Amino acid sequence: MKDLIDFTKMDPKEIIARRVAMEIKPKTLVNLGIGIPTLVSDHLDESMGVFFQAENGAVGMGHRPPEGMTDRHLTDAGGSFVSAVPGASTIDSAFSFGLIRGGHLDLTVLGGLQVDAQGHLANWMIPGKFVPGMGGAMDLVTGAKKVIVAMIHTAKGQSKIVQTCDLPVTSQRRVSLIVTELAVLEPRDDGLHLLETGPGVSVEEVVAATEAKLVISGDIPEMDLSQTV
Amino acid sequence: MHLAISLEEVAEMIPDGARVMLSGFMGVGTPDGIVRALAEAGKKDLTVIVNDAARPHCGVGPLVKAGCVKKFIGSHIGVNPDVQEKMRAGELQVELVPQGTLVERIRAGGTGLGGVLTPTGLGTLIAEGKPTVEVEGKTYLLETPLRADFALIAARSCDYVGNLTYMLTATNFNPIMALAADVVIAEPEEIVPVGVIPPDAVKTPGVLVDHVIKRAA
Repeated sequence: MKDLIDFTKMDPKEIIARRVAMEIKPKTLVNLGIGIPTLVSDHLDESMGVFFQAENGAVGMGHRPPEGMTDRHLTDAGGSFVSAVPGASTIDSAFSFGLIRGGHLDLTVLGGLQVDAQGHLANWMIPGKFVPGMGGAMDLVTGAKKVIVAMIHTAKGQSKIVQTCDLPVTSQRRVSLIVTELAVLEPRDDGLHLLETGPGVSVEEVVAATEAKLVISGDIPEMDLSQTV
Repeated sequence: MHLAISLEEVAEMIPDGARVMLSGFMGVGTPDGIVRALAEAGKKDLTVIVNDAARPHCGVGPLVKAGCVKKFIGSHIGVNPDVQEKMRAGELQVELVPQGTLVERIRAGGTGLGGVLTPTGLGTLIAEGKPTVEVEGKTYLLETPLRADFALIAARSCDYVGNLTYMLTATNFNPIMALAADVVIAEPEEIVPVGVIPPDAVKTPGVLVDHVIKRAA
């Protein structure tokens, strides 16, 4: 029945969540940030055996418990109620960040304020306006084996994918992949490559919505979300 | 020194200007009774080391709202408008520390280490003014230890000698902070006889705990 879904009309956040879900490999340890990244777990088959880590000390977070069964001693890193999957464990904050920095975390998916052509992510402060703080983001970007930025392509009509970040960066590390509702982008040594366009989105539309210079080589396929759940 | 004390006694014990570690993550695993008692006592000029500013009604929130905090050292302040407002007004100093660095600085302070070498923060604003150290060809930022006058921690169970257990994600900073302060005060959810907590289940040995909040009579 999946071919009946019109992905061009899908909510942008769901497009992003589904596309990011395609990057997740079975039996890996994954950390999802707040916001769009949190939606990714809705689009994974539970039989894949993926364990979700939360900075506050859970390995094997599950969905929100049934109504009336929530307990404030078990939350995710945003403070929302979660459950635990079979085989889950809980750990203290030092151990949790040991996993993150120590190369034990296969993938982190984070939101962003800006990403630039060199693959630098900025997601912790807008000087003079709003300073949320980095929380665990600096450790996650520095330490995870793979870093995916999942975000809406533009904010208030401005491209969030810029040539050089003017906001303070989160890490000097180059992120692995950027997924928006318009494009999948990969920063490499020779520039920011356009790998895929969003459902029903043309290459020209991506270029028009992007401040950063893109490397476009050959035919660029559309995201194929047909196998996502 | 007697182990079990009341919330009022805690409020008397902690002076204005004290440097305090407060456990918890978005208010989960925070000793809420102690926070309330300090806010009601109108403490002034506290330096609070805590993971995040939580929300106005939980975690360190009530202390900030009541104007008890002079300086906040932590990793995230994004969902507490009081903190944003007081910071802009110059009423609250904020030192932001990456979360993994924060917990390791506290661990260093509590375990006799002279600091932490971490790759986190290199090439960012966080690195400004801090020395870097090269080890086996890799560069690290040198981060200094953190200690406090008081550690205020929340436990699940406590026995008569002060052994503590924690529950699920309410563990977070608790066992680390319990090592890093001159006086450690625990607010447990239940007090049980010695022997109820098996040795392997103890996460903070009672020898580290100076005071436990008394049960209401």
